Amino acid sequence: MSALADLVAHRRVVVCCGTGGVGKTTVAAVVALAAARSGRDAVVVTIDPAKRLADTLGLVELGDAPREIPRERWDLDARAPAQGRLSALMLDTRATFDGLVRRYSADGEQAERILDNRFYRNIAGALSGTQEYMAAEKLHELSDEGGYDLIVVDTPPSRHALDFLDAPQRLTRLLDNRIFRFLMMPTRAYLRIASSAVQRFLRTVGRVIGAEVLDDIVAFFRAFEGMEAGFRDRAVRVGELLLDPSTAFVLITSPRRDSVDEAEFFAARLREAQLGVSALIVNRVHPDFGGGPPDQLRRRAAELREHGDPAAARLGARYENLADYAELGDRERRALRAVATRIGAATVAYVPSLPHDVVDFAALAAVASQLFDHADVSPPSAQHRPAG
Amino acid sequence: MNVEQFCSASRVVIVAGKGGVGKTTVTAALATAAARAGASVLIVEVEGKSGLSTALGCPPLTYEERPIADRLRARTLTPDEALLEYLEERGLRRISRRLVRSGALDVVATAVPGMQDILVLGKVKQLERGGTADLIVIDAPAAGHAVSFLMSARGLLDAVRVGPVRTQAEDVIALLTDPERCRVVLVTLAEETPVNELIETAFALEDRVGVKLGPVVVNAVPDPLGVDGPALADAADAGLAVPLPVAAALDAAAAFRSERRTLALAQADRLAQRLPLPQLRLPFVFGEIGPRQVGELADALTTGIHALPGPT
Repeated sequence: MSALADLVAHRRVVVCCGTGGVGKTTVAAVVALAAARSGRDAVVVTIDPAKRLADTLGLVELGDAPREIPRERWDLDARAPAQGRLSALMLDTRATFDGLVRRYSADGEQAERILDNRFYRNIAGALSGTQEYMAAEKLHELSDEGGYDLIVVDTPPSRHALDFLDAPQRLTRLLDNRIFRFLMMPTRAYLRIASSAVQRFLRTVGRVIGAEVLDDIVAFFRAFEGMEAGFRDRAVRVGELLLDPSTAFVLITSPRRDSVDEAEFFAARLREAQLGVSALIVNRVHPDFGGGPPDQLRRRAAELREHGDPAAARLGARYENLADYAELGDRERRALRAVATRIGAATVAYVPSLPHDVVDFAALAAVASQLFDHADVSPPSAQHRPAG
Repeated sequence: MNVEQFCSASRVVIVAGKGGVGKTTVTAALATAAARAGASVLIVEVEGKSGLSTALGCPPLTYEERPIADRLRARTLTPDEALLEYLEERGLRRISRRLVRSGALDVVATAVPGMQDILVLGKVKQLERGGTADLIVIDAPAAGHAVSFLMSARGLLDAVRVGPVRTQAEDVIALLTDPERCRVVLVTLAEETPVNELIETAFALEDRVGVKLGPVVVNAVPDPLGVDGPALADAADAGLAVPLPVAAALDAAAAFRSERRTLALAQADRLAQRLPLPQLRLPFVFGEIGPRQVGELADALTTGIHALPGPT
């Protein structure tokens, strides 16, 4: 059994991380599918799936609760054990945040005061990191109450790939901000007791953004009073869940150097946070056609171009093309050299560059078999090339 | 249409698209093409680490603009620095420092949605009004951020009813909705999902922001190889020998390229049917993106722009 298959068979949580555009959502769906096919009750939490993948997963509308996908849709070759189940959920940031507010408010009135507040609505919708925070929150909720064997979480396409880890602490930090504490005082009272410097400061802020915005902020923090402890406690428990040995982090990258560098940076941050990368998945690797080293192919192409014969020129174009792909392959292999050591991943797996987007179960199953059914998944080899 | 005409259609061009489609490369190539055609061009990077400096072959960009090539300059624009500048210009230098130090900037940014985007776009407007260059090319934030980045001014009008921030938002909307001042060039790969997302973004930008869309750039379409049949047939015609395994590799690589090209063209055609905008197609680049590749893509853009219908 490959290390990846082991991960799918035994972990309780798999977090898929990486920069935008590398195929995180696809890998998350593939991991959940593989787990379901091996007999586990798996759920995948997606953030912003492409429309056709969302359709495949039965995510026609935003829903705060996971939905089970009928077995006949995903178990195409009817080989999943009877207890295998696959569910999916598309994260609804706002609904998840609203749920959190309701959970920790003292009563319905306090909840409504917060939910109606304009400042809250901006936080719930637009605060950078809110999506990450709510993805972590949803993970926690499913882990506590969902009863699944495996939860696979896609992470939002952040400007900074690390936001997911920081997100639970972010609101707590916001609550601890001195200015915020100050604003928790009864409306307008802050202006009376504040030092003249602070008064000037707040008036300036008010002049720039408008006094009513400032009032909204004050109202929000007053409404929030008494709930910080609950939120803080929740953030701590999300952190513990991420640190739990049954939680695995899977990094996804393209074979391009910038993307691999980014993955390496991410892995270093995970290590700092005492979290290990269980697997690195390199997506969209170009094929190695063989035929010889690129410079040799290029020399041959140049000779053929000078030959003068149109057929030789066409042959030269073919050599040039092969040299281009060989060079691309070499560059990808260079970018990935010793990547397992650099990233500290237990396992590295490769998915070839596919001609079509992976948007249906047949294609997801094909990637799953690429990743999980081969005992030893190795990089496309640069050896065994016949001389050109 | 020639490149001069293309450049004079509006002073600001915002290049937008989801992550990984080559937005930054297109920004660099478009700016290079414009500068070569004689326009003075300023590239603006609004998100750190976009790879612009690698593409342009220069050290990381800074808030201070710097010359890159003849008639071509580049700089970054970050919300924090734009805010400091904004406040300092209004004689609030000391306040601005405290805003940053105390974390109040976070509060303000949270309280007012799109505040950061407005600061950046407000500065773009100032550059545009100041006539700092014939053409200002902006490498917009990636992913779904493109729509929210450009939508922020509208959202802000709902939240802030008075004050300088509101004025700023109004000015930004005036810039974005004036086709003679600003256009958005959307970039996509010729693949199913990116094309679908580009179509959604295009309609959202037109309907909700009211911004003028320029031609769409379809990136990384493999060039045709111009060969046909097996390599051994060409070898036989030329009276040359090719070892069998090499012939197999040549054929496999040619077939791969041809398949990718066919699929890319099918997606570009689908895009053309669903979105009635002219397209500029750029070839797949094998090498890592640097000044030489950007130069080649600038040539390809110039050719593409010449094929566009002329100004009416």
